[in-house]
Amino acid sequence: MERIPADWKEREGFSRRWWKWRTLGQVCEQKPARGLGLTLQVTASLSLLFLAQLSLRTVNSSRSAYACFLFAPLFFQQYQAATPGQDPLRCKILMKSFLSVFRSLVILEKTVEKCCISLNVRSSRLVVQLYCKYGVRKTHNLSFQDCESLQAVFDPAVCPHVLCAPARVLGEAVLPFPPALAEVTLGIGRGHRIILRSYQEEAGESARHGLGQGAEMGWDGAGPRFPPVAVSTDSTIKAMVTEMSIGGEDFQQLQAQEGVAITFCLKEFRGLLSFAESANLSLSIYFDGPGRPAIFAIKDSLLDGHFVLATLSEPDPHPQDLRAPELQQPAPQLQAHSTPHLDDFALDDIDSYMIAMETTVGSEGSRTLPSTSLSPGFQPHCSPGSHSEEEDDTEPSTVPGTPPPKKFRSLFFGSILAPAHSPQGPSPVLAEDSEGEG
Amino acid sequence: MKFRAKLVDAACLNNFTRVSNMIAKLAKTCTLRISPDKLNFILSDKVANGGVSMWCELEQENFFSEFQMEGVSAENNAIYLELTSENLSRALKTAQNARVLKIKLTNKHFPCLTVSIELLSVSSSSRVVTHDIPVKVIPRKLWKDLQEPTVPDADVSIYLPVLKTMKSIVEKMKNISNHLIIEANLNGELNLKIETELVCVTTHFKDLGNPPLASENASQDRNSEQMAEVHIDIRKLLQFLAGQQVNPTKATCNIVKNKIVHFDLLHEDVSLQYFIPALS
Repeated sequence: MERIPADWKEREGFSRRWWKWRTLGQVCEQKPARGLGLTLQVTASLSLLFLAQLSLRTVNSSRSAYACFLFAPLFFQQYQAATPGQDPLRCKILMKSFLSVFRSLVILEKTVEKCCISLNVRSSRLVVQLYCKYGVRKTHNLSFQDCESLQAVFDPAVCPHVLCAPARVLGEAVLPFPPALAEVTLGIGRGHRIILRSYQEEAGESARHGLGQGAEMGWDGAGPRFPPVAVSTDSTIKAMVTEMSIGGEDFQQLQAQEGVAITFCLKEFRGLLSFAESANLSLSIYFDGPGRPAIFAIKDSLLDGHFVLATLSEPDPHPQDLRAPELQQPAPQLQAHSTPHLDDFALDDIDSYMIAMETTVGSEGSRTLPSTSLSPGFQPHCSPGSHSEEEDDTEPSTVPGTPPPKKFRSLFFGSILAPAHSPQGPSPVLAEDSEGEG
Repeated sequence: MKFRAKLVDAACLNNFTRVSNMIAKLAKTCTLRISPDKLNFILSDKVANGGVSMWCELEQENFFSEFQMEGVSAENNAIYLELTSENLSRALKTAQNARVLKIKLTNKHFPCLTVSIELLSVSSSSRVVTHDIPVKVIPRKLWKDLQEPTVPDADVSIYLPVLKTMKSIVEKMKNISNHLIIEANLNGELNLKIETELVCVTTHFKDLGNPPLASENASQDRNSEQMAEVHIDIRKLLQFLAGQQVNPTKATCNIVKNKIVHFDLLHEDVSLQYFIPALS
């Protein structure tokens, strides 16, 4: 039996660590965001990687959000990794079951003195032991599948735009937005002010036009920007558009030119913010143009967290107008780029960013023969067939009835197998959400 | 049509927020009437929806430090806007530590009431929150449906007890019955009554006092002990009571027998009239 214990105890900030574990779970276990592909399912799985450091990773079902947390060995009182030279251990566990162990912070804080996490490879169980008061010991045996490393390919260094601010500043900035709001647009306005604006599909035109033209038109929102359009829908359906504008002075780093803007999921962002706020950390946001993933990073001495969120791709600043037949735009040149080109545009920059989802061939076997499937060497036959099988297996949400909403480009994840092992061609488009809004 | 107003005083801002919260509790969508010296929040429900109507009035001077408006025309100097009242209350909720709040009528693809709030922040930098509340401009020909309702000749007019007390009683009654009978007489007595097959519950209030009636003839041919009663939908009453966070300086209830009950609340700067029709 192989044991990789990782435990911690009341040394400094015990409860803060509990908090970390718990919020981490909450961050990773967002409820499905309505109307979006960004549904981090409750049943999402969490991938644990025991290396020199402990790493927790998860991705949502539509592959449009990825989270990775890395715990320094110092975070634990004792951390014993796999024997040197051995392959790092990876296991995939159900988020729900892992979370249920750390569910109630109050109870944990009151009763638990020590927590020990270990891996029992022989029986394919991740063992979480809580040493409580009065000698009570709670043992949770969580079954797992082994898997390839879940790794999104991203590099903050290549993102041209960087923002960094205390999480509190950003947390306050998102407060005015209604809880039900799905997406928010972040951009740089005139005078290097940071703008957050609610993005609504219904009222999408106005929100987007404002942003697209923010640099020229100004962000103050005064006066009509466009000739009034005959709005066919009832005004009561339209939602309120909220915009928050923050002076650049509140940011520690602001490296982006005016006019850039990205739209991403607010729920995941809120989750990350609440986590970062509780730990009093700064949040760095690395981003590129619309449609390119945005990277949110937090870091302290014990913990390193990265969130990668898909952003709405918006090649055409006026797509909604054109799509809605009743909103006839007078300007003919706009009609020239109408909808069908969305897809082409979206395909353009994929390869530079994301590769392919991991191929976990071993997982089938691991259910029956758990002890043999840990090392990547045991997966010699990554045929396309088995690959798609796995895809079906892990992605129940891609059944035809429930296609992920289109406008978010899903991220693609690369296996960090050596290239020799990688079975895929150069552009294995697996979970590409296909249509550009029919 | 033009409208812009500015609010700087924290107390005024608080009051205004409170009014908007109350409106949001009373009506899902309401009409905002803007005239040179007054703001009105109006609800006039269709009979099918219960026929409740509301008329809330505030003097703009008491709230705004700047107020400019230009109505449809010189002789019809008013603007009628339909809006989702929750939007307004949510927008104002973010104004809790505002330095300045501005409200203006804008056209951003569709007509909007734009609430822009300059927030105080710890650092020297300024933060601005802008809310664009979509509104529907109500055309002139529909204004006649949104006039101040005439107060009917009441059979009995009586001062209300503390609204919180009333609310907690009605809340409990709602669990038992959907209908409630309000009855009152000119002797300062008010009863809230529910009747079902199994149980009959009545709460009696005494010595509430009666305001002087406008028309004397009603009281003359009446015994002051005689009750005037009206059956109403208990949910409508509860909705009205739940919207009242602050006890008003004066609260009157006017009952027209088997027709309508009219509540008239007077706060410092705001007056609210609320009409609940009788169930047939």
